[in-house]
Amino acid sequence: MTFLSFLISGISLGSIYAIIALGYTMVYGIAKMLNFAHGDVIMVGAYICFYAMSSFGLPPVVGILLAVVACTVLGMVIERLAYKPLRMAPSLAVLITAIGVSYFLQNSAQLLWSTNPKVFPSVVGNDGLKLFGGELSISYVTITTILTCLVIMVVLVSFTNHTRMGKAMRACSEDKGAAELMGINVDTTISVTFAIGSALAAVAGVLLCSAYPMLVPTTGSMPGIKAFTAAVFGGIGSIPGALLGGLLLGIIEIFAKAYISTQMSDAVVFAVLIVVLLVKPTGLLGKTIREKV
Amino acid sequence: MKRLLSKNTRRQTQTYAAVAAAFLIIQLLGGMGALSSSLKGMLVPICAYVVMAISLNLTVGILGELSLGHAGFMSVGAFTGVTCAVILQDLVPFAPLRLALSMAVGALFAAAVGFLIGIPVLRLGGDYLAIVTLAFGEIIKSFFNNLFLGVDSRGLHMSLISDNTHLEEGHSLIIGGPMGIGGIQKISTFTAGFILILLALFVVFNLVGSRSGRAIMAVRDNRIAAESVGINITRYKLMAFVTSAAMAGAAGTLFAMNYSTFTANKFDFNTSILVLVFVVLGGLGNMFGSIVAAAALTILPEALRQFSDYRMLVYAIVLILVMLVTNNDTIKNFLARPFARLAREKGGSVHE
Repeated sequence: MTFLSFLISGISLGSIYAIIALGYTMVYGIAKMLNFAHGDVIMVGAYICFYAMSSFGLPPVVGILLAVVACTVLGMVIERLAYKPLRMAPSLAVLITAIGVSYFLQNSAQLLWSTNPKVFPSVVGNDGLKLFGGELSISYVTITTILTCLVIMVVLVSFTNHTRMGKAMRACSEDKGAAELMGINVDTTISVTFAIGSALAAVAGVLLCSAYPMLVPTTGSMPGIKAFTAAVFGGIGSIPGALLGGLLLGIIEIFAKAYISTQMSDAVVFAVLIVVLLVKPTGLLGKTIREKV
Repeated sequence: MKRLLSKNTRRQTQTYAAVAAAFLIIQLLGGMGALSSSLKGMLVPICAYVVMAISLNLTVGILGELSLGHAGFMSVGAFTGVTCAVILQDLVPFAPLRLALSMAVGALFAAAVGFLIGIPVLRLGGDYLAIVTLAFGEIIKSFFNNLFLGVDSRGLHMSLISDNTHLEEGHSLIIGGPMGIGGIQKISTFTAGFILILLALFVVFNLVGSRSGRAIMAVRDNRIAAESVGINITRYKLMAFVTSAAMAGAAGTLFAMNYSTFTANKFDFNTSILVLVFVVLGGLGNMFGSIVAAAALTILPEALRQFSDYRMLVYAIVLILVMLVTNNDTIKNFLARPFARLAREKGGSVHE
């Protein structure tokens, strides 16, 4: 029974990673950039939801909506001000800019909300289901997280496969120049991608802090790096890959914590990543691109 | 070809001269007592970061591979070097020699780790290589956070995760897991840092100018073309990567011996990023740029102290603005316009 409960908490943590990884993978697929500021958008989302609930006494649903709206706007503003002027620049310059944005968000959060940790109230309460006569308990946070992740996946896959904007996104990720010639507005498409990624980051932030209720300005960094790892793990640029990578990473992390060592769990996670990349250099579901000479 | 070479040589001589001049000026100012104590305390870290920047520039600028885990090599160098210094404490009473030996050991271990990591990692390319170096950096951090190591009359003892070294009475741990290393004799000096910088420059400049260096740059510019003319890609990639790791290791030892205690968390992802920022701001492949950027950006947060809470915010904004100004053509042209007009008014022609 402990095995099952570890598995469930692994899937729950993995779902959060998957939602964050979706943001990374979509932005990478289209803009071909590693958006290191993504983890900090998560933190901003969590803070907005926290203040909406605790200072203004708004119901959790309104808090989440506010966080989603604010992060969407934030993501689009960041893209417009910092990344768009660098569309033609070498990728390292964009990477450093993304790091600058990440520092900016973290330090703004420190000034606005101080470094004192906030205890995040769970958005769905702290109770849970008791199964098998109380031997296995699953908290509502876990259930909500897993369900949210599934819903987001289904919506996102049908969005990219069946809508005009989704088609435009796929076209842009394959060939920006050709997409532009076909009358697709590349700038709008990239902007929408950032908006969706940031909205997902807000959701992930709320879920993350409901499960691990310590909120500080650096809350987003480590989950951000792990989710980025998850995106690479599953094959960066692939939406199902992000889900698979996120879930596997979460499960491996929880099992490593439970059966190997708490302190070494991060090392185990990263070691598995390295092994996977050595065997399959483009990730589990990544496309192999043939090199032309 | 001849002009190109002589231009390179001139640039290298200028770099050596600039570093030596900076050293002399700082020594003079120090002698006159004109340096503030906070700046004095930063001299050794600045040297260490300069060497780190030179080292990473070899990987990113000359080899053309993005590494996000360079602090990992610094960490290896710091832990092994300081351990060596502690062991040698009674054997080698002369501090500068002990420091030199420790740095050599730190560099050696970092090179060995670089070799082990390099063999699998360098098969990957681009962003995948970046993420794997990041992963190795995190693994090295976790490893040293859980390593317990001590010495007694029976020899060296180490254990992972929990302290199972069972040392004899009177001996204490050198590396204490999450506590890191404590009670270090601070034997790093500014002069040692200066010599290490010169050494790093010497190694990199000679490597770049040699046959191997040209092979490394050929691999960077076009891997397939380089392979087709018979360059052994893995060998040259490894050569650059291991050299870079060794320099980072020596820098790590220098850095660590400047503090009485340090932990593995000192060398995390943020440190790797910090050094990468030096390299990119200084210019890829430009060693002098790396040195200036490393020194300036280490001092900048201190110089911004009057802004107190806002200093890291200002740092972030400066970083973004510099990237925008140097990489966006519209902004670049806009800023260049007054200069162009000035040149035209003087009657000089404007180069397009």
